[in-house]
Amino acid sequence: MVSAADVLDASDRERPTTDTIPLTVRVRRFNPEVSEDSWWDEWSVRCDPLERLVEVLHQIKWHHDGTLSFRRSCAHGICGSDAMLINGRNQLACKVLAQDVAPRVTIEPIRGLSVLKDLIVDMEPFMDGYRSILPYLINDSGEPEKERRQSPEDRHRYDDTTKCILCAACTTSCPVFWGDGAYVGPAAIVNAHRFIFDSRDEAGRERMKILSEKTGVFRCRTTFNCTDACPRGIEVTKAIQEVKRAILFERF
Amino acid sequence: MTTTHTYDAVVVGGGGGGLRAAIELSERCRTAVLSKLYPTRSHTGAAQGGVCAALGNVEEDSPEWHAFDTVKGGDYLVDQPAALLMTEEAVEAIYQLERWGLPFNRTPDGRIDQRRFGGHTRNHGEAPVKRACYAADRTGHMILQTLYQQCVKRDVRFFNEFYCLDLLRDDAGVTVGIIAFELATGELHVFRAKAVVFATGGYGRMFRVTSNAHALTGDGPAVVWRRGIPLEDMEMFQFHPTGLARLGVLLSEAARGEGGIVLNSEGERFMERYAPTIKDLAPRDMVSRAIYQEIKEGRGGGPNGDWVYLDISHLDPKVVEEKLPDITEFARIYLKVEPLEEPVPIQPTAHYAMGGIPTDTDGRVVVGADEDVVPGLYAVGECACVSVHGANRLGTNSLLDLVVFGRRAGDDAARFVRETDLATPWEHPERPTLELLDGILGRTTGDNAGEIRKELTDKGARYNTDLMETVELGYLLDCADALVAGALERTESRGAHFREDHPLRDDANWLKHTLAYREPDGSIRIEYKPVKMGPYVPMERKY
Repeated sequence: MVSAADVLDASDRERPTTDTIPLTVRVRRFNPEVSEDSWWDEWSVRCDPLERLVEVLHQIKWHHDGTLSFRRSCAHGICGSDAMLINGRNQLACKVLAQDVAPRVTIEPIRGLSVLKDLIVDMEPFMDGYRSILPYLINDSGEPEKERRQSPEDRHRYDDTTKCILCAACTTSCPVFWGDGAYVGPAAIVNAHRFIFDSRDEAGRERMKILSEKTGVFRCRTTFNCTDACPRGIEVTKAIQEVKRAILFERF
Repeated sequence: MTTTHTYDAVVVGGGGGGLRAAIELSERCRTAVLSKLYPTRSHTGAAQGGVCAALGNVEEDSPEWHAFDTVKGGDYLVDQPAALLMTEEAVEAIYQLERWGLPFNRTPDGRIDQRRFGGHTRNHGEAPVKRACYAADRTGHMILQTLYQQCVKRDVRFFNEFYCLDLLRDDAGVTVGIIAFELATGELHVFRAKAVVFATGGYGRMFRVTSNAHALTGDGPAVVWRRGIPLEDMEMFQFHPTGLARLGVLLSEAARGEGGIVLNSEGERFMERYAPTIKDLAPRDMVSRAIYQEIKEGRGGGPNGDWVYLDISHLDPKVVEEKLPDITEFARIYLKVEPLEEPVPIQPTAHYAMGGIPTDTDGRVVVGADEDVVPGLYAVGECACVSVHGANRLGTNSLLDLVVFGRRAGDDAARFVRETDLATPWEHPERPTLELLDGILGRTTGDNAGEIRKELTDKGARYNTDLMETVELGYLLDCADALVAGALERTESRGAHFREDHPLRDDANWLKHTLAYREPDGSIRIEYKPVKMGPYVPMERKY
């Protein structure tokens, strides 16, 4: 009788051996159940040149070391689970292809948030920053019977910042955030921008007041790391500048 | 260590359906939402093209036309009263989302813009109609974000990265709560609750080529199935025609709604032959089957001859950039193809489960042909089967299902907990779960999952994703078991279910739902229940 393990092995053998490329994957590991210090592990695998890095990590987890731990879900850049420091840049592992990094790639957890295990970091401080800017539409002027009207131009005004998937790639690429975890960080400001510039929202002043405090928007030193890191192509630094200008104009 | 929590209602799943139910519940009773992901990472966020409602903002439309399309699209396996209810409530549900801040694309006069989508027609099939409300090609992302924002506003209590491993029902079948696994610590938690709402999404990961996220492993259906609840119409699984070749990543039907066409390797727009009236905008089951037919007859492309092509290169680049930005990027990143200049290789991809946990239109789980209500147990969204999708879901109706039935389930559960006393669990309700985990970890012998993954190496407590992936594999195997059992039983072809040995629909014998039960010995028993009919008499499905 064929065992389940045989079936899994057979499906592995179906992986084409021609046209694959070698890739050495170096990962910074951490597990306080094993050691107080982090360490490096390295695996050499073969993979399709168009293989997503997150699937290469699966290949390692499923066939070499089941303890390797990372977050992932959609695997095509929409859910924001797998932000990692890949060859020194914050990227989603599902949007990096093997051929982009071969023959060697170094993967570390994103910076500025405590590492809990391997590539998994504590997201709570990040989410605290997000929640602090009142990330929901506020409009107390009564509800229309149907939809609120908004012109295509007004809708376009905040389009860019609606793309945010809360992956934390921007915030954890920001040197100010590394230095001072109290800074709300780029992602929170992006989400504030999304409402401040939405013509239907009435709480822009309240958000700008929050962001004019010492943990807020003026901590930004315009290094553009966040814009480079955003996997959704949001012009993060520009959004931050727009919020800064709005605050100065409103004289908070 | 096991911690016990007590709530009125527990929602399992933080996607669109779970969040919509939680919004309804949290204002009226003590509510907890468990999610194995951070909620904003749920797969609702991957939905692209739109959410349909007969607003009539762009063209004349009516909820009744929408209901007809839903029933016909579902190849008459849809419960018609449910479809009529959903399409009627769709209109207010969309306005509600807009008032909560959802950034819909707009018409020149500032109303919600609408576009075409597969299988949606004016006046019972006359011509395609603009019914899909959308936000570029990230409508699901916007819905998920908007619902999460409303949960933040209401200070909903979330337990993130908690997996549901068991449903607690007492001997009388009354819902007592659930057992959950905290990924961060490996601890088990007992959640006592009067009402449990399952909203765990689909189980497309059982297929090799799928549009589904890794998280979609059928947790809710498998957990309730193991506790005696049947699963309905599991054989009805939709393959979306336009997945990126090899990867299965979804390219939205909106591409065809905006004018994209499907070509075979000879460059022929073959849908003209299969659906002369609405061509490329035929429902998904028909387009997918047409693609398989083209491939079978040797008109597929690619190294193995199993691709066809989606062509949007003739569209105005401005339209593509504004209305289809994400899917164009997918083609560029993952296939290194420039959609503005060349056709994109595609193949059908496992996409959506029409079947699932049987419910009524209030989200209440119902069992048997007589639909006996299971007290305190609810299900919404893809894990549930109302059934509004029948044998084949129409594009955009999944997002609609979430908001309409998420609200209704939350509303009814809130009523239920007000009228009900909290049931008391027995001693150590977590024991079966402990045994399951011990078996996988190899601490006990004789567990099947342990044999499958002999190499399970992570024995730690902290973020043991190795352990949870094994549990999820078990869930997928259960769902696959039920799916295959239903598919073998149903000796006809209907909607997404196609059999070469029974190629025709057989209304005389099969205008009925299957209910798969897992027996104590592991075998599967199939029961049937009638389809709830309404104004629409089954006719041949032509487009």
